[in-house]
Order: sequence, then C-alpha cells, then structure tokens
Amino acid sequence: MEKRVLFKHIDDPEQVTVKGYVSNGGYRAWEKALKSMKPADVIDEVKRSGLRGRGGAGFPAGLKWSFVPKGSPRPSYLICNADESEPGTCKDRELMECDPHGVIEGIAIAAYAIGSHISFIYIRGEFGGPIRAMERAIEEAYAKGYLGRNIFGSGYDLELIAHTGGGAYICGEETALLNSLEGERGMSRIRPPFPAVEGLYACPTVVNNVETLSTVPHIINNGAAWYTSMGTEKSPGTKIFSLSGHVNKPANYELELGTPLSYLINDLGGGISGGHRLKAIIPGGSSTPFLLPGQIETPLDYESLTEAGSMLGSGGVIVVHDKTCIVWVIERLIHFYRHESCGKCTPCREGTGWLEQLISRIERGEGTPGDLEKIDSICDNIMGRTICPLGDAAVMPIQSTLRLFRDEWQYHIDHKSCLVKSEFEFA
Amino acid sequence: MILNEQSIAEIREKMVKYPRRKSAILPALTVAYRQIGHLNEDLYGEISKIIEIPVVEIAEAASFYTMFPKHPVGKYLIQVCHNISCALLGADGLVRYLEKKLEIRKGETTPDNLFTLITVECLGSCSTAPMMQINDRYYENLTREKVDTILDELRKQA
Ligand SMILES: Cc1cc2nc3c(=O)[nH]c(=O)nc-3n(C[C@H](O)[C@H](O)[C@H](O)COP(=O)(O)O)c2cc1C
Ligand code: FES
Repeated sequence: MEKRVLFKHIDDPEQVTVKGYVSNGGYRAWEKALKSMKPADVIDEVKRSGLRGRGGAGFPAGLKWSFVPKGSPRPSYLICNADESEPGTCKDRELMECDPHGVIEGIAIAAYAIGSHISFIYIRGEFGGPIRAMERAIEEAYAKGYLGRNIFGSGYDLELIAHTGGGAYICGEETALLNSLEGERGMSRIRPPFPAVEGLYACPTVVNNVETLSTVPHIINNGAAWYTSMGTEKSPGTKIFSLSGHVNKPANYELELGTPLSYLINDLGGGISGGHRLKAIIPGGSSTPFLLPGQIETPLDYESLTEAGSMLGSGGVIVVHDKTCIVWVIERLIHFYRHESCGKCTPCREGTGWLEQLISRIERGEGTPGDLEKIDSICDNIMGRTICPLGDAAVMPIQSTLRLFRDEWQYHIDHKSCLVKSEFEFA
Repeated sequence: MILNEQSIAEIREKMVKYPRRKSAILPALTVAYRQIGHLNEDLYGEISKIIEIPVVEIAEAASFYTMFPKHPVGKYLIQVCHNISCALLGADGLVRYLEKKLEIRKGETTPDNLFTLITVECLGSCSTAPMMQINDRYYENLTREKVDTILDELRKQA
C-alpha cells in the first residue's frame, strides 16, 4: 500500500496556498515548536524519530543538527537542498510544486532547532514551476507571519531566501552548493571541516534535502513514536520513490520503508512496459549499483538495499527491460558524470573523461581486447579517492554492470555490436 | 546599458537580501539571462557595476554554469533531456523527430531565429519522460502528436 504522509494532501489543489495548507493542519507544528519546545527538544524528537537524510547519504537528521556548536558567536545557517538533479529522481520537484508550505514549515523548524535566523533554499535553476511555487509561498508565509520577525509572538526571527542555481549537478553536493551560494564556481570542498562546523561564509551550517525537511513537521505534530511505528527498525518512516523507465505507471509513490521493490514495480507501477521482461533495476538514482530481476523482492530500506549490493540513495528507481543494451545505458550515464565533474580533483576530472572515451568506443563497436580491464582499473583508481562522492557515483553503476553483465560487455567488444539491440521508439 | 530598469531593480532587490554581496552573482546572472536569453561579457560588466564585485569574478562564476547560453539562441530554446530515464522512453527518437520537424540539427538554430535545439542532462522530470524544456516551461510525457501541437502553438505566439 502507498503510505501517504508527505503526500497526504498532494492531490489537493488548495494545498499550495497558505489558506489551504493551514486548513489541512499546516503550520501547527511550527507553532508548537516555537511555543512549547526548546531547540534541544526539537533535535531530540527528530533524533528519536530516526529520520535519515533523503538526499542520498541517509545521514540521521537529528544527529547532524546536534553537531552545530551551541553558543557560538557566529551565526548559523540552515540550507534546504532543492537542487534535485540525480538522474531518476523527481520527488523534490513535486513536493515544492504541490506542497511548498510543507517545505517552508520544515525549514523553519529545522532552522529553529539549530538557532539559525537566516535560512536558504537552493533550487535548481531549471525548475521554473517549483521556483514560482516556492517564491509565492514564501511571500505568503511572510505576510501571515510564519516567517519574518517575532514569529507567533515568540521573539524568534527567521528569514528565508530562495536562491536559484545554474544547472550544475555538482551543486547538489553540499560543499559545492555552499561555494555556489557564496558566488563561487560550484566546486566541492575538502572535508573536514564539515559544514556543521564551518559551512556557509565559514559559519556553522546544516544542509538538508527537501524531503527530509518536509518530514519534520509531521514528526513534531505526531511524535517520534508515531514515526517509528512506520517502516523498519533501522529505517523508520516513509520515503518517496520516483519510479521511472520501463514500467507501465511511472510516478512518485510514497511507501513505508521496507516495502518490497516488487510491490513498487509490479503492483503500483503496473509491471514492465511493452510486454517485455525485467532486465535490471537501478534502485536509488543513477549513482547506485544495479540490481537483477532475482532481487526484486528486496525490501526498500537502507539496510536491505546495502545488503543487496546497492543503495537506497535518493529513491529514484529506474527500471530497464530486456530489450536494452547495458553498454548503451552505461554510456549515457558516464557521459553525464563526465559532463558534471567539477574538475577540481584529478581522479574524477581525468578518470571520468577516460571512462567516457573507452565506453563510447565500445558502444560504437570499436572496443579492443583489454578495454574492460582498463575500465576496471580506472574505476578502482577513482573509487574513494576523490574530494566529493561524485567520483564514486560515476563508478558504482559501471562496476556493478561489469560484474553483473560482463558477458554482454565482452560480446560488445568481440562482435563490435550489441548482444541485445535496444528497442524503444519515440511514440 | 543592455539590462533594463526592471532587471536592474530586481538585481538590487536580491542583492540586499544576502549576508554577503558576492552571493548575488548567480541571482544577477539569472535575471540577466531571463531578460536577454543568453550571457556575455558586456552583461558581466554591467552586473559588476551594480553589485560592486570585480568583473573577473562574475565571469569566473558564469563560465561554470551551463544553464546560461553564452551566445545568442533562438526565441525558443528547446532543451531535450537525453539522460537515462528519458532515453529509455525514446528521447533519442524525440530529438530526431524535432530535427526533422525543425529542419535543423541538434545544436543549431532555425534560420528565422525562432528555435534552438539542444540536449541536456536530467531535468528532474523522470517519471514523466520523455520530456523537454522550452525556455522556463516543462513539457512532459511527450508524443509526436504533442510535439506537433506545442510547436504549432509557439509558432503562432511568435
Ligand atoms: C554529486 C552529488 C550530488 C548531490 N545532489 C543532491 C541533490 O540534488 N539534492 C540533495 O538533497 N542532495 C544531494 N546530494 C547529497 C548532499 O551532498 C547532502 O548529503 C544532502 O543534501 C544532505 O541532506 P540530507 O541529509 O537531508 O539527505 C548530492 C551528493 C553528491 C555527491
Ligand atoms: S532523465 Fe530525463 S528528466 Fe530525469
């Protein structure tokens, strides 16, 4: 079953307005937090809820907030990461477009928890619709006193600035995002120092994903115990999965964590499209290792997907049917990562370029014996050796297909053509 | 000045919101791009004067961000997502269809300066693939029929 917490009012067209949002119970959590909870209580509640970051890394949200030094003379900043650009992922866009006040309320509560009076939402520049929805909602929230000075008469002030990006995947990586927000080129920073200690303008900063923050008001309203009653012990709550690719009903679906992948693909997604058979699944956005059809019963939670050799990532589930050449899929992906590498560190900048050349050559039917070993070796030399995880993200899907579909790669080199001709036409 | 009064006012308004002025570079570039349709050195110079940041720093940032074309494009910039979810649903065929209809190749602009066709990476619209963005609007779940209607309407509007 779908379990709609974040998506409870997603089909209500009034939800985008402050009036509709409030009549659906909105901004009550913000009022509760400000009037009856101390920042430490908010952090504690979120810690106990077990909420983990939905941007890809799955880091516990409450724990991250607790790293912000208390009583620091420098200001602290809360940043909502709305740069959503991991291929296969389109959930934050729907949240912002259909429930922008939910995002604002989450930002506000998190800002209060870390003592921030200036917060930002970094929205990818191409997102015309979400940008307009968020800007309108922010204006309304100021007009109603949910943002601005002396909110709910509590004496607490909070500014929220909508900042738009320039079309760079890397700016979703939190340290590159910080540079971009400072007006620099969006290149990642070496950690430590971590943003919680030295982030935006060298001040303590928390970066959280749109979905993570949108969950916070529900936890404050209903309590940590309610949240942990959903999902699994180690992966509590719900998660939005963006289902795309070769399925009959692609869409965003909100599920309890731990729901089997087969339920998403077959029951909700209506199975594989075109009467074809399942060939592979990329379960957590394009940066995560592939799964095979035999793994379709894997529960969708952080631990089970790791155990299955992949990752939950951003929850972008990409389904691939059996009339698809795996080399072609990987060529698409490596082209993307090469293009999006910020160029700061050598293994990622040069490595993704070499990988693209080798893989394109194989895809064109010009591969030579030894190419696969070269790819293996380049991958090994990127993995874990880059400033930010973009390098790993580029490599993980490649390595997994070299393991799972090595015969298909080898065939491409030996026969200078695909083992499986891709069959999908534009309708 | 290339920037009009409204753009200048908008840049000033954004600039004062940030704790540090340099943060206004990307917003300023966005305003300029929305007005002109692309960016160039003259615009960097104008922005530099408004937000009082050296022009080299504006250019340095601008060159990083691929969303802003650095040379003139057609009135309608068609950006087809060719990343994986869209590609699995025929994005390459969509590009070929557009090339045929517009009688240009990817990367080119029609002689009447109406349409420029390019491919871009994932636009966060994967569950409604294949898709394209034209200026700041998304067009999703595309079919040949839908593309025909969209192009006809844009031609009429132009
Ligand atoms: C290359 C790269 C791209 C990323 N893109 C995004 C993104 O678009 N949105 C996002 O929320 N997190 C993205 N992340 C993860 C962020 O670095 C960060 O972990 C996250 O925003 C933290 O929020 P969370 O703890 O709520 O998940 C990306 C990471 C990498 C390495
Ligand atoms: S892959 Fe095309 S929008 Fe995501």
